[in-house]
Amino acid sequence: MMRILSDPSVKLLGRSIPLPTPPLTPLSMLFSRLMRHVLSRHPSILRRMGATAGSRFLIQVTDMPFPILLEPSLRRLTVVPRRAKPAHDTEIRGSLKAFLAMLHAEEDGDALFFSGQLEISGDTSSVVALRNALDDAEIDLTEEIASLAGPAGPALRRMSALLERRTGLSLSRRRLGEDPEDHSR
Amino acid sequence: MMELVCPAGTPAALRAAVEAGAHAVYCGFNDETNARNFPGLNFNREEMAEGVAHAHARGAKVLVAINTFPRAGDQGLWHRAVADAGAAGADAVILADIGLLAHAAEKHPGLRLHLSVQAAAANPDAINLYAESFGVKRVVLPRVLTVDEIAAINREIDVETEVFVFGGLCVMAEGRCALSSYATGKSPNMNGVCSPASHVAYAEVNGAQEARLGEFLIHRTPKGATAPYPTLCKGCFSSPDAKGNDQVGHIFEDPASLDATHLIPALQKAGVSALKIEGRQRSRAYVAQVVRAFRAAVEAADRGLPMPESLLAKLTEGQASTTGAYAKIWR
Repeated sequence: MMRILSDPSVKLLGRSIPLPTPPLTPLSMLFSRLMRHVLSRHPSILRRMGATAGSRFLIQVTDMPFPILLEPSLRRLTVVPRRAKPAHDTEIRGSLKAFLAMLHAEEDGDALFFSGQLEISGDTSSVVALRNALDDAEIDLTEEIASLAGPAGPALRRMSALLERRTGLSLSRRRLGEDPEDHSR
Repeated sequence: MMELVCPAGTPAALRAAVEAGAHAVYCGFNDETNARNFPGLNFNREEMAEGVAHAHARGAKVLVAINTFPRAGDQGLWHRAVADAGAAGADAVILADIGLLAHAAEKHPGLRLHLSVQAAAANPDAINLYAESFGVKRVVLPRVLTVDEIAAINREIDVETEVFVFGGLCVMAEGRCALSSYATGKSPNMNGVCSPASHVAYAEVNGAQEARLGEFLIHRTPKGATAPYPTLCKGCFSSPDAKGNDQVGHIFEDPASLDATHLIPALQKAGVSALKIEGRQRSRAYVAQVVRAFRAAVEAADRGLPMPESLLAKLTEGQASTTGAYAKIWR
């Protein structure tokens, strides 16, 4: 059922150069720290999820080199090796662009599902609960990271805005009336 | 101007609806008293009171849907929901059950009552009975009527009518559909869930996405193709033809969503008071986009201007839209 992703690589002069495997443990520690921070700022997430917070969500970001295992009640976000198949209750698969757009309310989760840009398998109740809980939390990823970064926060916000312009990815929450396609801020 | 009644499954969606121009927002408590009892969705008592205050401060109303049918011996849950909606300052409660309507009319005489689409009141006699017996002020009409039939109903009743203009489309008479109950033992009428997520399973099989509801394979979608909700009524099934060959098709209805934007002037002329957008289970992104589009359409209709082109196709189930029964184009 789980799809094995191809090795991460970059094209250089027509040749595919493999990227080094990311250091997973430090990344996991960083991600889990961010997750604990988000959950402490948005306690309604776990409350809304209820018993489904105990589910294990395997997030397959199709254009990232590694899957992520999300365990809300353990407040843990673990980067797992590409070929590992950790035990999970549900799997969600989509592009980084789709996940970020959904998180920041630029795209509707059901619409992404209707169009085949988001695929799920396993325990559907847990996926629905997670989606609804995150949608209500109105998370702004840049603000979450910046608020964790202390004095480096302002620089991180500027870097995020630059990255948004360069990549077209949604890295922060837009307020009503702002054009979701406009990444020039 | 016709009132635009918009969905909110969460406090964030309620705020998005109000900011996008909703005249009224409808929502429900986080239990089986409302017909969108989905995981992670809906309002606790505190959130409801805050939501009402937020909407009122911005000139919008809040209508609380308590539109499932109380279980025998367990009516207290529904009675408390009506009392708590009134205490939270709701502008109306949307009810379907005749006993709950009687309870609300007797115990909460100051609370405005709307008749839910789940009651499936589709003719003047039924509507007048609800109005005379319980003081119902508005009826949400089932999605089985043509615009002409709606006009005929409005000529014979004294209460307001509200009709759906956008969103998921039930192909059955609401409140009387047993398909979800047949497949899962749970229904929107009794449990507030059609095709409950707890009974839905998706899996990738031979490169296609399969959706099952209970024991039934609802549809098998090629990878990357548009997918509908996993409901029996939108399922794609196969059966043998006269020669024993498999024939595949949607038995009840194609997966498509209602979009009646172009019928708004006709609905206005037919005497409709309020337009309803379906989708309390959808995200605040959906709510904001759809409400903005329909607020512009309602304002255009009020000024006698042509309806704007709908740009909402990508938000619809099956990525396709229909005018449903309003224009009687059923196959």
